Amino acid sequence: MHATTQSRHWIWIAVAAGMLLLPLGLGSDFALSVCTKIFIAIVFALSYNLLLGQGGMLSFGHAVYSGLGGYFAIHALAAIGAGSLSFPVTLLPLIGGLAGLAFGLLFGYVSTGRAGTPFAMISLGLGELVAASVLMLPAFFGGEAGVAANRVTGSGLFGIDYGSQREVYYLVAAWTLACAALMYWLTHTPFGRMANAVRDNAERVGFIGYSTHLLRYQVLVVSATFAGVAGGLAAINNEIVSVEAVGAHASGAVLLMVFIGGAGHFLGPVIGAVVVTLLQTVVSSYTHAWLFYFGLLFLVMVLFAPGGFASLLATLLPTLCSRRQLRLLAPGYLIGLGGLALLLLATVIGVEAGYHIAGHGMGATFRLFGRSFDSGALPALAVAAAALLGGILIWRYALDRTADARAVLGTQELMHGRPHAAGNAKAEHA
Amino acid sequence: MEFFLVSLLNGVSYGMLLFMLSSGLTLIFGMMGVLNFAHASFYMLGAYFAYAVGSQLGFWPALLMVPFLVGLIGAGVERFGLRQVHRFGPVAELLFTFGLAFMIEELVHLAWGRSAVDYPIPADLDFTLFTLFNTGFPAYRGFMMLVSAGMMVGVWLVLTRTRIGLVIQAALTHPEMAESLGHDVPRVFMLVFGGGCALAGLAGVIGGNAFVTEPGMAAAVGSIVFVIVVVGGLGSLEGALLASLLIGVLQTFSVASEWKPLALLGGGVSSGVLAQAAGLKLSQMAPILPYLLMVAVLIVRPKGLLGTRED
Amino acid sequence: MNTTLKQLTLAVALAVAAPLALAQNVKIGYIEVLSGPLGNVGELGKKNLEFVVEEINAKGGVLGGRKLEVVPLDSKGSPQEALVQLKSAIDQNITFVTQGNSSAVAGALIDAIAKHNERNADKRVVFFNFAAIDPDLTNSKCNFWHFRFDSHSEMKMAGLTDAIKANPKAKKVYLINQDYAHGHQVAKGAKEQLAAKRPDIQIVGEDLHPIGRVKDFAPYAAKIRASGADSVITGNWGVDLTLLVRAAKDSGLDIDWYTYYAGAYGSAAAIGEGGIGQVKNIVEWNANVPNPKMDAFYAAYKKKHPKPEDEFYYYRMKMMTNMLATAIDQTRSVDPFKVASALEGMVYKGDLGEVTMRKDDHQSLQNLYVATFNKVGAGGVRFGLEGTNFGFGSVKMIPAKDTALPTTCNMQRPAK
Repeated sequence: MHATTQSRHWIWIAVAAGMLLLPLGLGSDFALSVCTKIFIAIVFALSYNLLLGQGGMLSFGHAVYSGLGGYFAIHALAAIGAGSLSFPVTLLPLIGGLAGLAFGLLFGYVSTGRAGTPFAMISLGLGELVAASVLMLPAFFGGEAGVAANRVTGSGLFGIDYGSQREVYYLVAAWTLACAALMYWLTHTPFGRMANAVRDNAERVGFIGYSTHLLRYQVLVVSATFAGVAGGLAAINNEIVSVEAVGAHASGAVLLMVFIGGAGHFLGPVIGAVVVTLLQTVVSSYTHAWLFYFGLLFLVMVLFAPGGFASLLATLLPTLCSRRQLRLLAPGYLIGLGGLALLLLATVIGVEAGYHIAGHGMGATFRLFGRSFDSGALPALAVAAAALLGGILIWRYALDRTADARAVLGTQELMHGRPHAAGNAKAEHA
Repeated sequence: MEFFLVSLLNGVSYGMLLFMLSSGLTLIFGMMGVLNFAHASFYMLGAYFAYAVGSQLGFWPALLMVPFLVGLIGAGVERFGLRQVHRFGPVAELLFTFGLAFMIEELVHLAWGRSAVDYPIPADLDFTLFTLFNTGFPAYRGFMMLVSAGMMVGVWLVLTRTRIGLVIQAALTHPEMAESLGHDVPRVFMLVFGGGCALAGLAGVIGGNAFVTEPGMAAAVGSIVFVIVVVGGLGSLEGALLASLLIGVLQTFSVASEWKPLALLGGGVSSGVLAQAAGLKLSQMAPILPYLLMVAVLIVRPKGLLGTRED
Repeated sequence: MNTTLKQLTLAVALAVAAPLALAQNVKIGYIEVLSGPLGNVGELGKKNLEFVVEEINAKGGVLGGRKLEVVPLDSKGSPQEALVQLKSAIDQNITFVTQGNSSAVAGALIDAIAKHNERNADKRVVFFNFAAIDPDLTNSKCNFWHFRFDSHSEMKMAGLTDAIKANPKAKKVYLINQDYAHGHQVAKGAKEQLAAKRPDIQIVGEDLHPIGRVKDFAPYAAKIRASGADSVITGNWGVDLTLLVRAAKDSGLDIDWYTYYAGAYGSAAAIGEGGIGQVKNIVEWNANVPNPKMDAFYAAYKKKHPKPEDEFYYYRMKMMTNMLATAIDQTRSVDPFKVASALEGMVYKGDLGEVTMRKDDHQSLQNLYVATFNKVGAGGVRFGLEGTNFGFGSVKMIPAKDTALPTTCNMQRPAK
């Protein structure tokens, strides 16, 4: 991307403004709550990307750090409420971060000896261990029910007591911006660059005198700290931390977020966090098939776009910025979009019909998109099949059309002597 | 003495069961370097297919047909999915199998519902084989051990004594050379993946009726299989056997133990989390011992007990 | 306009306006696990709940024609997710929520609802708990806005220990449970109550195992045998119960089982022949309890849901929804405070006898039945479970007053 430093600053300011103004547009507490969850997921995913995208370490147990951070934060919150600890609730995520730091120091030393598959397997084993231990020590972890606390601990500054979802939203938004900015800055420091170096060629890094173990250890500790902050934010938002916070599902979810969003770009985890959280909260309230969509989305991304949504955007952006390219490529892209929309429709109808038939048999009334079809789901399947066929045909046509347009573009640029833009480059993947 | 012998027998038989579950995964990882997250899902497929086929045709035809069916699906997955993803690197391959595990589980829910299905042990094998000190040893368990041993011997024979086995071993270490000599290396990989999945399917046929065929079965055995493969050594079949037996015996004996391994943590504390940890009996901790073992082995010896390849 | 046209206009206007006026359904938010591997539990509960609600609606609904409506909300089994669904329910102006499968989730809901009701007095919510049986929920964690319609685990233990007390063959008891709150409660309750009712009975062994992780129960079966026990008390459910009973049967153990959850979700088929006459459970109703009204109800349910796995388990949902409807009709409103005030202390005459909603702690008191596993046609088993040839019969009733236990609840009641 060719954005200058100044335009980057503008992006940050625009994002901050957007986050500030969002509650005015959203009506309900529930929507605000979903947005808050998205922000927390963004912090968590960005912390994971420090490990995966920047450091090249695939971890299956990252939720350990955020979950443990959450547990310590909620205990602190309970203590604040009981009066035995005097600490501002606004800074509570710091306690989560400290807990994440501590456990990162503890677990990180033994797990960062090697990268690659051993690291991944150790993280998996540690994740299972911590999850099992949480259930075995209910004195601290509250067992199955978890630990709950009240975030309203008396009236604070300016009367903000975090009772309303709106106040929590702003708190989380502020923390998210701060963490994101901090992590962004980190990736551009020498530390961040050395992390990239270890990811790309660990042997060479060893040759120039750095200890790869120490570097990886440091990356993990920093990543665990931010994960702990995310856990602390979740503790405030949910007012409860239970064993799911350290479990395999949470670890899997953050992996999905970063992968779907794109591990190679800073914005990738952000996109992934938004998509996955929306899938988990909003989509799951409309359909029982949300897990299936999850898996399908994941498979499709791995097969066709392993660089994630961010890499897709990166290839599209130069096109959108150049009027000439836009004029040539737009028709093809739009037709492709139409084809994709048809394929999506076909998938949704097909999956919903499939789930309906499986659960209720062929004849029962089939409800989709708020309408009822009394004749059952079979006609819907036919529609889905037709949409599938149509979608594939249109997609293929769009591909051909885009290829032609790109050829024309290439010829034009050759004739005019301008360098060919990055429209065709495959994004780097982690 | 009686208790020791009975526990030993139980431990060894449980270990053989674990080996049956993990042999396919070891094969795939050893041969192709792909850690197949969907292995437990193929195990689940095998069990459900056996239920479906078995209810129509009986247990023995299912035993013959289902592994083949599951292997076919595995080969298809390799040909149309894994192969495409191969060029994106090992992380992408891992994640592909991860997503695949999700999908298979959801498809099984769709097809057979979310309750446990009644996949029974065949009547011919539902008797007590012998009685050791008043404790009956079920014949079906003995049958499982037999199949497990047969699986091990069979795989070893195929790999070392047949031509295709030698080609597989060659393709593992020198794929380009094997290809230059005219062997279809991609097809070999497809065969290996399919073979590993077939083994998982066989484990499902044998184990599904003993361990209850239900939607959560993949998640329940998934992690223990990984522990075995990692502890035994990534790529070593003998290591997987050793690890399976070790874990089987360890878990079985620890269930009986009243020993409190963390008692030292207690000190003089009478309540709180340290006291609780001190009070944990080994029998309560038994199912997490494999994970402790795995982490310990990985730290001390990342190749695993008898491992041949690391990454 | 001439008279006929005026009459027509009036008729049309009424026809349009009337349904609009009556259209407001009274929604009941059903927060349960509806997806993933345990989704069948929540799905089946939903079918049960929808059926009892339909019965009420068919008889005229509440407040002279308003219908009750079940709104499913997927908690995915986790307390955190359940709280998200609670927020969604509140957003949809749902005043009554219900849940039951998992005391952990119930505890989280009680806590969250208490906080929410305190912060938002205009949008209060009442919580109906139909299956979460942790005794703490009506003791240390009791709350005005929570009502429990299932006898809690100590009350059920009272019933089970009454059955053991009456069995002269029981001399040595082994306790094996899942290592979490419920399992601990069962073990504790068993020890306390046996000591009081049959001091001669010896507890010869006690085990706790992590939930859902043990595939091989043979070592536990060996331990039970080594201890010389003749009876086992267990709160296990699901696969843990099935594998435990099977392992014991495989190793040739000949003992009696006193369980909470045998019979549910596939365990009947899994227990099989080996459990005949020896496995007992405790329920507030099952299909083999002789009662003509419930027989008719059950027949109607099976007609609507013929698939074998769609059993009717939750008689307490029938109690719960009928008591809610009665409270609404009595107070002629759906205001949460008024309905809750009407509910506490209510004595409801159900099909199986009286049900009392105790005012002190909002715990319901109903008759319980200890039933024994048997083949259809033997031992009073008229109906098999889930299409199998096995069911629970020989029901021995424990009257509600014998299950009542004291409470430590110090309930804080809001003013209005």
